[in-house]
Amino acid sequence: MRIAVLGLGAVGRGLLQMLAAKPELGFVLTAVADSTSARIDPDGLDPVAILDEKCGTGRCAPSGLSAADVIASGAYDVLVELTPTNAMTGEPALTHIRSALESGRHVVTSNKGPIATDYSGLAALADDARVALRFEATVGGAIPVLHAIRDGLAGNSYSSITGVLNGTCNYILTRMDDEGLTYEQALTEARELGYAEADPTYDVRGIDAAIKLVILANTCWGLGVTLDDVAITGIDGLTVDALRLAATQDCTIRLIGEAVPAENLLRVAPRVLPRNHPLVIKGTLNAIMLSTDMAGEVTLMGKGAGSVETASALIGDLIAIRDRYDGSG
Amino acid sequence: MKLEMKDSPGQLVAALTPISEFGGNIIAVIHQHEPESSSDTLGVQIVLEIAQERLDALVAAIKLQGVSILRLGEERLLHRQSVIMIGHLIQTDIGDTIGRIDATGSAEVAELNVHMPAIAEPSTALITIKATTRAEMKRALDLLRQVAAEKGLLIVEPLGGAEA
Repeated sequence: MRIAVLGLGAVGRGLLQMLAAKPELGFVLTAVADSTSARIDPDGLDPVAILDEKCGTGRCAPSGLSAADVIASGAYDVLVELTPTNAMTGEPALTHIRSALESGRHVVTSNKGPIATDYSGLAALADDARVALRFEATVGGAIPVLHAIRDGLAGNSYSSITGVLNGTCNYILTRMDDEGLTYEQALTEARELGYAEADPTYDVRGIDAAIKLVILANTCWGLGVTLDDVAITGIDGLTVDALRLAATQDCTIRLIGEAVPAENLLRVAPRVLPRNHPLVIKGTLNAIMLSTDMAGEVTLMGKGAGSVETASALIGDLIAIRDRYDGSG
Repeated sequence: MKLEMKDSPGQLVAALTPISEFGGNIIAVIHQHEPESSSDTLGVQIVLEIAQERLDALVAAIKLQGVSILRLGEERLLHRQSVIMIGHLIQTDIGDTIGRIDATGSAEVAELNVHMPAIAEPSTALITIKATTRAEMKRALDLLRQVAAEKGLLIVEPLGGAEA
Protein backbone atom coordinates (compact mmCIF):
# COMPACT_ATOMS: atom_id res chain seq x y z
CA MET A 1 0.00 0.00 0.00
CA ARG A 2 1.39 3.39 -1.02
CA ILE A 3 1.21 6.27 1.41
CA ALA A 4 1.75 10.01 1.11
CA VAL A 5 2.62 11.98 4.25
CA LEU A 6 1.77 15.68 4.56
CA GLY A 7 3.45 17.41 7.47
CA LEU A 8 6.87 16.67 8.93
CA GLY A 9 6.53 18.01 12.44
CA ALA A 10 7.10 15.79 15.46
CA VAL A 11 4.24 13.48 14.47
CA GLY A 12 5.28 13.17 10.81
CA ARG A 13 8.89 12.48 11.73
CA GLY A 14 7.76 9.92 14.32
CA LEU A 15 5.77 8.11 11.64
CA LEU A 16 8.70 8.10 9.19
CA GLN A 17 10.99 6.75 11.90
CA MET A 18 8.59 3.88 12.58
CA LEU A 19 8.14 3.15 8.85
CA ALA A 20 11.93 2.91 8.61
CA ALA A 21 12.21 0.81 11.78
CA LYS A 22 9.41 -1.57 10.79
CA PRO A 23 9.79 -2.36 7.08
CA GLU A 24 7.80 -5.55 7.71
CA LEU A 25 4.67 -3.38 7.88
CA GLY A 26 4.95 -3.22 4.10
CA PHE A 27 3.96 0.39 3.53
CA VAL A 28 5.61 2.18 0.62
CA LEU A 29 6.21 5.89 1.14
CA THR A 30 5.65 7.50 -2.28
CA ALA A 31 5.33 11.18 -1.35
CA VAL A 32 6.06 13.58 1.48
CA ALA A 33 5.51 17.30 1.95
CA ASP A 34 6.29 19.83 4.63
CA SER A 35 5.20 23.46 4.75
CA THR A 36 7.68 24.62 2.08
CA SER A 37 8.61 21.62 -0.06
CA ALA A 38 7.61 18.19 -1.30
CA ARG A 39 9.04 15.04 -2.83
CA ILE A 40 7.24 12.47 -4.96
CA ASP A 41 8.53 9.11 -6.20
CA PRO A 42 6.01 6.46 -7.29
CA ASP A 43 8.73 3.81 -6.83
CA GLY A 44 9.13 4.66 -3.18
CA LEU A 45 11.13 7.06 -1.02
CA ASP A 46 13.57 6.13 1.73
CA PRO A 47 12.17 7.48 5.03
CA VAL A 48 15.66 7.66 6.56
CA ALA A 49 16.98 9.81 3.70
CA ILE A 50 13.97 12.14 4.03
CA LEU A 51 14.51 12.47 7.79
CA ASP A 52 18.21 13.22 7.25
CA GLU A 53 17.44 15.90 4.70
CA LYS A 54 14.74 17.42 6.91
CA CYS A 55 17.10 17.40 9.86
CA GLY A 56 19.97 18.93 7.87
CA THR A 57 18.17 21.54 5.76
CA GLY A 58 14.83 22.01 7.51
CA ARG A 59 13.03 20.90 4.36
CA CYS A 60 12.28 17.52 2.82
CA ALA A 61 13.30 18.56 -0.73
CA PRO A 62 15.15 21.45 -2.40
CA SER A 63 12.10 23.24 -3.84
CA GLY A 64 9.59 23.26 -6.63
CA LEU A 65 6.84 21.00 -5.32
CA SER A 66 4.21 21.51 -2.65
CA ALA A 67 1.59 19.58 -0.69
CA ALA A 68 -0.95 20.39 -3.41
CA ASP A 69 1.31 18.70 -5.99
CA VAL A 70 1.49 15.61 -3.81
CA ILE A 71 -2.31 15.41 -3.63
CA ALA A 72 -2.69 16.05 -7.36
CA SER A 73 -0.05 13.43 -8.26
CA GLY A 74 -2.34 10.62 -7.20
CA ALA A 75 0.76 8.53 -6.53
CA TYR A 76 -0.65 7.10 -3.29
CA ASP A 77 -3.47 4.97 -1.89
CA VAL A 78 -3.67 6.64 1.51
CA LEU A 79 -3.08 10.28 2.34
CA VAL A 80 -1.68 10.72 5.85
CA GLU A 81 -2.53 14.30 6.84
CA LEU A 82 -0.33 15.53 9.71
CA THR A 83 -0.20 19.31 9.23
CA PRO A 84 -0.70 21.56 12.30
CA THR A 85 -4.23 21.84 13.72
CA ASN A 86 -6.32 24.92 13.08
CA ALA A 87 -9.39 24.40 15.24
CA MET A 88 -11.34 27.31 13.77
CA THR A 89 -11.07 26.71 10.01
CA GLY A 90 -9.53 23.23 9.83
CA GLU A 91 -7.28 24.53 7.03
CA PRO A 92 -5.12 23.73 5.18
CA ALA A 93 -5.84 20.13 6.19
CA LEU A 94 -9.53 20.38 5.33
CA THR A 95 -8.75 21.13 1.67
CA HIS A 96 -6.08 18.41 1.54
CA ILE A 97 -8.46 15.81 2.96
CA ARG A 98 -11.40 16.82 0.74
CA SER A 99 -9.24 16.65 -2.40
CA ALA A 100 -7.88 13.23 -1.50
CA LEU A 101 -11.32 11.79 -0.67
CA GLU A 102 -12.81 13.25 -3.86
CA SER A 103 -10.11 11.54 -5.89
CA GLY A 104 -10.98 8.22 -4.25
CA ARG A 105 -8.04 8.02 -1.84
CA HIS A 106 -8.23 6.88 1.79
CA VAL A 107 -7.28 9.39 4.46
CA VAL A 108 -5.64 8.93 7.85
CA THR A 109 -5.10 12.01 9.99
CA SER A 110 -3.93 13.19 13.40
CA ASN A 111 -5.31 16.65 12.64
CA LYS A 112 -8.18 17.58 14.95
CA GLY A 113 -9.17 20.71 13.00
CA PRO A 114 -10.91 19.20 9.96
CA ILE A 115 -12.56 16.40 11.95
CA ALA A 116 -13.93 18.81 14.53
CA THR A 117 -15.09 21.46 12.04
CA ASP A 118 -16.60 19.30 9.28
CA TYR A 119 -16.91 15.68 10.35
CA SER A 120 -20.30 15.20 8.65
CA GLY A 121 -19.15 16.62 5.34
CA LEU A 122 -15.94 14.60 5.26
CA ALA A 123 -17.67 11.39 6.33
CA ALA A 124 -20.21 11.88 3.50
CA LEU A 125 -17.40 12.43 0.98
CA ALA A 126 -15.65 9.26 2.14
CA ASP A 127 -18.92 7.29 1.92
CA ASP A 128 -19.61 8.54 -1.61
CA ALA A 129 -16.11 7.59 -2.74
CA ARG A 130 -16.24 4.28 -0.79
CA VAL A 131 -12.97 5.03 0.90
CA ALA A 132 -11.93 5.23 4.55
CA LEU A 133 -11.44 8.31 6.69
CA ARG A 134 -9.73 7.38 9.94
CA PHE A 135 -8.53 9.65 12.72
CA GLU A 136 -7.59 7.55 15.75
CA ALA A 137 -4.60 9.83 16.44
CA THR A 138 -6.82 12.89 16.99
CA VAL A 139 -8.07 11.66 20.37
CA GLY A 140 -6.14 10.21 23.28
CA GLY A 141 -2.79 9.82 21.47
CA ALA A 142 -1.86 6.15 21.47
CA ILE A 143 -5.12 4.98 23.09
CA PRO A 144 -7.16 3.01 20.51
CA VAL A 145 -10.48 4.48 21.64
CA LEU A 146 -11.98 4.97 18.18
CA HIS A 147 -11.04 1.40 17.24
CA ALA A 148 -12.72 0.27 20.46
CA ILE A 149 -15.89 2.22 19.65
CA ARG A 150 -16.07 1.06 16.02
CA ASP A 151 -14.80 -2.49 16.31
CA GLY A 152 -14.15 -3.94 19.74
CA LEU A 153 -17.38 -2.63 21.27
CA ALA A 154 -19.38 -2.67 18.02
CA GLY A 155 -23.04 -3.45 18.64
CA ASN A 156 -23.12 -1.72 22.00
CA SER A 157 -25.06 1.47 22.48
CA TYR A 158 -23.32 4.19 24.41
CA SER A 159 -25.02 6.25 27.10
CA SER A 160 -22.07 8.47 27.95
CA ILE A 161 -18.40 9.19 27.33
CA THR A 162 -16.27 10.80 30.02
CA GLY A 163 -12.57 11.31 29.88
CA VAL A 164 -9.31 13.01 30.70
CA LEU A 165 -8.50 14.27 27.21
CA ASN A 166 -5.67 16.73 27.78
CA GLY A 167 -2.34 15.60 29.19
CA THR A 168 -1.08 19.13 29.88
CA CYS A 169 -3.99 19.90 32.21
CA ASN A 170 -3.73 16.50 33.85
CA TYR A 171 -0.04 17.08 34.52
CA ILE A 172 -0.72 20.51 36.07
CA LEU A 173 -3.53 19.19 38.29
CA THR A 174 -1.44 16.18 39.35
CA ARG A 175 1.40 18.46 40.42
CA MET A 176 -0.92 20.88 42.25
CA ASP A 177 -2.42 17.92 44.11
CA ASP A 178 0.79 15.98 44.86
CA GLU A 179 3.13 18.85 45.66
CA GLY A 180 0.84 21.72 46.61
CA LEU A 181 2.14 23.82 43.70
CA THR A 182 0.12 26.84 42.61
CA TYR A 183 -1.42 26.78 39.16
CA GLU A 184 1.28 29.16 37.88
CA GLN A 185 4.11 27.08 39.32
CA ALA A 186 2.75 23.85 37.86
CA LEU A 187 2.23 25.50 34.46
CA THR A 188 5.80 26.83 34.46
CA GLU A 189 7.08 23.37 35.29
CA ALA A 190 4.96 21.82 32.50
CA ARG A 191 6.46 24.35 30.06
CA GLU A 192 10.01 23.58 31.15
CA LEU A 193 9.41 19.87 30.61
CA GLY A 194 7.91 20.51 27.18
CA TYR A 195 4.43 19.32 28.24
CA ALA A 196 2.89 22.75 27.65
CA GLU A 197 3.14 25.05 24.64
CA ALA A 198 4.59 28.54 24.90
CA ASP A 199 0.99 29.71 24.56
CA PRO A 200 -0.92 27.18 26.66
CA THR A 201 -4.34 28.81 26.13
CA TYR A 202 -5.82 25.95 24.06
CA ASP A 203 -4.88 23.42 26.68
CA VAL A 204 -5.58 25.17 29.99
CA ARG A 205 -8.82 26.81 28.87
CA GLY A 206 -10.20 23.37 27.95
CA ILE A 207 -10.47 24.02 24.20
CA ASP A 208 -8.23 21.12 23.16
CA ALA A 209 -10.21 18.74 25.39
CA ALA A 210 -13.48 20.12 23.97
CA ILE A 211 -12.33 19.49 20.38
CA LYS A 212 -11.55 15.88 21.28
CA LEU A 213 -14.92 15.53 23.00
CA VAL A 214 -16.60 16.76 19.80
CA ILE A 215 -14.70 14.15 17.78
CA LEU A 216 -15.66 11.37 20.21
CA ALA A 217 -19.32 12.43 20.26
CA ASN A 218 -19.49 12.58 16.48
CA THR A 219 -17.81 9.20 16.08
CA CYS A 220 -19.91 7.54 18.73
CA TRP A 221 -23.34 8.99 18.00
CA GLY A 222 -22.96 10.79 14.67
CA LEU A 223 -24.36 13.90 16.31
CA GLY A 224 -22.71 16.38 13.97
CA VAL A 225 -21.84 18.68 16.89
CA THR A 226 -19.12 21.34 16.82
CA LEU A 227 -16.97 23.18 19.33
CA ASP A 228 -19.71 25.80 19.78
CA ASP A 229 -21.97 23.12 21.29
CA VAL A 230 -19.58 22.42 24.19
CA ALA A 231 -19.83 24.27 27.53
CA ILE A 232 -16.18 24.86 28.39
CA THR A 233 -14.49 25.81 31.68
CA GLY A 234 -10.71 25.60 31.88
CA ILE A 235 -8.38 24.93 34.80
CA ASP A 236 -6.72 28.36 34.82
CA GLY A 237 -8.92 29.62 37.65
CA LEU A 238 -8.22 26.74 40.04
CA THR A 239 -6.57 27.41 43.38
CA VAL A 240 -4.38 25.10 45.49
CA ASP A 241 -7.06 25.45 48.17
CA ALA A 242 -9.57 23.83 45.82
CA LEU A 243 -7.39 20.72 45.61
CA ARG A 244 -6.79 20.82 49.37
CA LEU A 245 -10.51 21.03 50.10
CA ALA A 246 -11.22 18.19 47.66
CA ALA A 247 -8.54 16.17 49.48
CA THR A 248 -10.44 16.54 52.77
CA GLN A 249 -13.21 14.50 51.11
CA ASP A 250 -10.69 11.94 49.79
CA CYS A 251 -11.22 13.43 46.35
CA THR A 252 -9.18 15.31 43.79
CA ILE A 253 -9.84 17.54 40.76
CA ARG A 254 -9.37 16.63 37.09
CA LEU A 255 -10.37 18.33 33.84
CA ILE A 256 -13.14 16.09 32.53
CA GLY A 257 -14.86 16.01 29.16
CA GLU A 258 -18.37 14.63 29.46
CA ALA A 259 -20.90 13.76 26.74
CA VAL A 260 -24.38 12.50 27.64
CA PRO A 261 -26.68 12.71 24.59
CA ALA A 262 -29.84 11.86 26.57
CA GLU A 263 -29.30 14.98 28.67
CA ASN A 264 -28.09 17.03 25.73
CA LEU A 265 -24.88 17.48 27.70
CA LEU A 266 -21.49 18.30 26.20
CA ARG A 267 -19.22 19.77 28.83
CA VAL A 268 -15.54 20.24 29.61
CA ALA A 269 -14.89 21.43 33.16
CA PRO A 270 -12.75 20.74 36.19
CA ARG A 271 -14.60 18.20 38.33
CA VAL A 272 -14.26 16.68 41.77
CA LEU A 273 -13.64 12.91 41.65
CA PRO A 274 -13.01 10.31 44.35
CA ARG A 275 -9.34 9.34 44.37
CA ASN A 276 -10.16 5.75 43.45
CA HIS A 277 -12.16 6.79 40.36
CA PRO A 278 -10.80 5.15 37.17
CA LEU A 279 -10.36 8.58 35.55
CA VAL A 280 -8.02 9.77 38.30
CA ILE A 281 -4.73 9.14 36.51
CA LYS A 282 -1.38 10.81 37.01
CA GLY A 283 0.86 13.00 34.91
CA THR A 284 0.35 13.45 31.19
CA LEU A 285 -1.73 10.29 30.76
CA ASN A 286 -5.16 10.33 29.16
CA ALA A 287 -8.14 8.11 30.02
CA ILE A 288 -11.55 7.60 28.48
CA MET A 289 -14.54 5.86 30.04
CA LEU A 290 -17.28 4.53 27.78
CA SER A 291 -20.64 3.62 29.32
CA THR A 292 -22.25 0.90 27.22
CA ASP A 293 -25.37 -1.22 27.44
CA MET A 294 -23.74 -4.64 27.02
CA ALA A 295 -20.14 -4.23 28.15
CA GLY A 296 -20.94 -1.91 31.07
CA GLU A 297 -18.22 0.62 31.76
CA VAL A 298 -15.00 0.30 29.79
CA THR A 299 -12.05 2.55 30.65
CA LEU A 300 -9.05 2.93 28.37
CA MET A 301 -5.92 4.62 29.64
CA GLY A 302 -2.56 5.44 28.10
CA LYS A 303 -0.21 8.00 26.67
CA GLY A 304 -2.08 10.94 25.20
CA ALA A 305 0.77 12.48 23.22
CA GLY A 306 4.25 11.89 21.84
CA SER A 307 5.53 11.39 18.31
CA VAL A 308 6.05 7.61 18.38
CA GLU A 309 2.88 7.09 20.45
CA THR A 310 0.91 9.03 17.83
CA ALA A 311 2.64 7.00 15.08
CA SER A 312 1.20 3.91 16.79
CA ALA A 313 -2.33 5.27 16.30
CA LEU A 314 -1.60 6.24 12.67
CA ILE A 315 -0.14 2.82 11.83
CA GLY A 316 -3.15 1.12 13.47
CA ASP A 317 -5.41 3.10 11.13
CA LEU A 318 -3.25 2.29 8.09
CA ILE A 319 -3.36 -1.43 8.86
CA ALA A 320 -7.13 -1.31 9.43
CA ILE A 321 -7.52 0.25 5.97
CA ARG A 322 -5.24 -2.31 4.35
CA ASP A 323 -7.10 -5.20 6.01
CA ARG A 324 -10.45 -3.91 4.86
CA TYR A 325 -9.62 -2.68 1.36
CA ASP A 326 -7.13 -5.40 0.35
CA GLY A 327 -3.41 -5.08 0.36
CA SER A 328 -2.53 -4.66 -3.30
CA GLY A 329 -1.65 -1.11 -4.35
CA MET B 1 -38.97 9.17 54.78
CA LYS B 2 -39.44 5.97 56.77
CA LEU B 3 -42.77 4.27 57.08
CA GLU B 4 -43.53 1.39 59.43
CA MET B 5 -46.65 -0.74 59.24
CA LYS B 6 -48.24 -3.95 60.47
CA ASP B 7 -47.28 -7.10 58.66
CA SER B 8 -50.64 -8.56 57.75
CA PRO B 9 -51.51 -10.14 54.40
CA GLY B 10 -51.86 -7.73 51.50
CA GLN B 11 -50.62 -4.70 53.45
CA LEU B 12 -47.28 -4.43 51.73
CA VAL B 13 -48.67 -4.40 48.19
CA ALA B 14 -51.42 -2.02 49.29
CA ALA B 15 -48.80 0.37 50.67
CA LEU B 16 -46.42 0.14 47.71
CA THR B 17 -48.97 0.79 44.96
CA PRO B 18 -49.74 4.44 45.87
CA ILE B 19 -46.04 5.24 46.29
CA SER B 20 -45.30 4.80 42.61
CA GLU B 21 -48.59 6.51 41.69
CA PHE B 22 -47.49 9.62 43.59
CA GLY B 23 -44.05 9.63 42.00
CA GLY B 24 -42.20 8.36 45.07
CA ASN B 25 -38.97 6.44 44.81
CA ILE B 26 -38.66 3.34 47.00
CA ILE B 27 -35.16 2.99 48.39
CA ALA B 28 -35.57 -0.04 50.64
CA VAL B 29 -38.23 -2.39 51.97
CA ILE B 30 -37.16 -4.01 55.22
CA HIS B 31 -39.29 -6.94 56.25
CA GLN B 32 -38.36 -8.41 59.59
CA HIS B 33 -39.76 -11.51 61.23
CA GLU B 34 -38.74 -11.59 64.82
CA PRO B 35 -39.33 -15.11 66.11
CA GLU B 36 -40.26 -14.09 69.67
CA SER B 37 -43.06 -11.70 68.77
CA SER B 38 -46.48 -12.75 67.59
CA SER B 39 -46.86 -12.61 63.83
CA ASP B 40 -49.60 -9.98 63.46
CA THR B 41 -47.60 -7.16 65.04
CA LEU B 42 -44.48 -7.49 62.93
CA GLY B 43 -43.20 -4.37 61.25
CA VAL B 44 -42.45 -3.62 57.66
CA GLN B 45 -40.25 -0.62 57.07
CA ILE B 46 -40.30 1.22 53.80
CA VAL B 47 -37.68 3.84 53.03
CA LEU B 48 -38.66 6.12 50.17
CA GLU B 49 -38.11 9.57 48.77
CA ILE B 50 -40.88 11.83 47.58
CA ALA B 51 -41.36 15.54 46.99
CA GLN B 52 -42.41 17.28 50.20
CA GLU B 53 -45.63 18.67 48.75
CA ARG B 54 -46.91 15.21 47.78
CA LEU B 55 -46.26 13.58 51.14
CA ASP B 56 -49.63 14.31 52.78
CA ALA B 57 -51.54 13.06 49.73
CA LEU B 58 -49.46 9.88 49.69
CA VAL B 59 -50.08 9.18 53.38
CA ALA B 60 -53.81 9.70 52.82
CA ALA B 61 -53.78 7.35 49.84
CA ILE B 62 -51.96 4.65 51.78
CA LYS B 63 -54.46 4.92 54.63
CA LEU B 64 -57.30 4.70 52.11
CA GLN B 65 -55.91 1.31 51.08
CA GLY B 66 -56.60 0.16 54.63
CA VAL B 67 -52.95 0.13 55.64
CA SER B 68 -52.24 1.31 59.13
CA ILE B 69 -49.10 3.37 59.40
CA LEU B 70 -47.47 2.79 62.78
CA ARG B 71 -44.79 5.41 62.49
CA LEU B 72 -43.71 7.98 59.96
CA GLY B 73 -40.12 9.10 60.25
CA GLU B 74 -39.03 11.94 58.09
CA GLU B 75 -35.47 12.65 57.14
CA ARG B 76 -36.23 15.66 55.02
CA LEU B 77 -32.87 16.31 53.48
CA LEU B 78 -31.84 12.92 52.24
CA HIS B 79 -29.40 13.94 49.51
CA ARG B 80 -26.13 15.71 50.05
CA GLN B 81 -23.56 16.93 47.61
CA SER B 82 -20.40 18.99 48.02
CA VAL B 83 -19.12 21.42 45.44
CA ILE B 84 -16.10 23.69 45.40
CA MET B 85 -16.54 27.41 44.79
CA ILE B 86 -13.68 29.72 43.82
CA GLY B 87 -13.65 33.50 43.51
CA HIS B 88 -14.31 36.62 45.52
CA LEU B 89 -16.79 34.80 47.71
CA ILE B 90 -16.96 37.25 50.58
CA GLN B 91 -17.04 40.41 48.47
CA THR B 92 -19.86 38.94 46.37
CA ASP B 93 -21.89 38.40 49.56
CA ILE B 94 -21.62 34.77 50.56
CA GLY B 95 -24.62 35.29 52.86
CA ASP B 96 -26.75 36.03 49.81
CA THR B 97 -25.33 33.01 47.95
CA ILE B 98 -26.29 30.71 50.83
CA GLY B 99 -29.61 32.49 51.36
CA ARG B 100 -30.70 31.88 47.79
CA ILE B 101 -30.17 28.13 48.14
CA ASP B 102 -31.90 28.04 51.54
CA ALA B 103 -34.83 30.08 50.16
CA THR B 104 -35.81 27.18 47.91
CA GLY B 105 -37.24 25.43 50.98
CA SER B 106 -36.26 22.05 49.58
CA ALA B 107 -32.49 22.43 49.74
CA GLU B 108 -30.11 24.12 52.12
CA VAL B 109 -26.44 24.77 52.67
CA ALA B 110 -25.43 22.38 55.43
CA GLU B 111 -21.71 23.04 55.66
CA LEU B 112 -19.29 25.66 54.48
CA ASN B 113 -15.51 25.60 54.71
CA VAL B 114 -13.84 28.74 53.36
CA HIS B 115 -10.12 29.25 52.75
CA MET B 116 -8.99 32.85 52.33
CA PRO B 117 -5.33 33.14 51.32
CA ALA B 118 -4.91 36.94 51.10
CA ILE B 119 -7.14 39.97 50.79
CA ALA B 120 -6.96 40.45 47.01
CA GLU B 121 -6.68 36.75 46.17
CA PRO B 122 -9.68 34.63 45.27
CA SER B 123 -10.93 32.49 48.12
CA THR B 124 -12.04 28.88 47.88
CA ALA B 125 -14.92 27.16 49.64
CA LEU B 126 -16.22 23.66 50.03
CA ILE B 127 -19.97 24.00 50.21
CA THR B 128 -22.22 21.07 51.11
CA ILE B 129 -25.84 21.18 50.04
CA LYS B 130 -28.58 18.93 51.35
CA ALA B 131 -31.82 18.45 49.46
CA THR B 132 -35.05 16.49 49.84
CA THR B 133 -34.88 14.64 46.53
CA ARG B 134 -32.52 14.06 43.65
CA ALA B 135 -34.59 16.43 41.51
CA GLU B 136 -34.44 19.14 44.17
CA MET B 137 -30.65 18.68 44.37
CA LYS B 138 -30.41 19.19 40.65
CA ARG B 139 -32.50 22.36 40.94
CA ALA B 140 -30.36 23.64 43.82
CA LEU B 141 -27.19 23.04 41.78
CA ASP B 142 -28.71 24.75 38.73
CA LEU B 143 -29.51 27.72 40.99
CA LEU B 144 -26.00 27.72 42.44
CA ARG B 145 -24.56 27.66 38.92
CA GLN B 146 -26.74 30.63 37.99
CA VAL B 147 -25.69 32.59 41.11
CA ALA B 148 -22.04 31.75 40.40
CA ALA B 149 -22.35 33.00 36.82
CA GLU B 150 -23.87 36.29 38.06
CA LYS B 151 -21.09 36.76 40.60
CA GLY B 152 -18.22 35.55 38.42
CA LEU B 153 -17.48 32.55 40.64
CA LEU B 154 -16.03 29.25 39.43
CA ILE B 155 -17.88 26.11 40.49
CA VAL B 156 -16.21 22.71 40.52
CA GLU B 157 -18.85 20.00 40.70
CA PRO B 158 -18.43 16.32 41.42
CA LEU B 159 -18.52 13.91 38.48
CA GLY B 160 -21.60 11.74 38.73
CA GLY B 161 -24.88 12.30 40.54
CA ALA B 162 -25.71 13.33 44.10
CA GLU B 163 -24.55 11.12 46.89
CA ALA B 164 -27.34 9.04 48.42
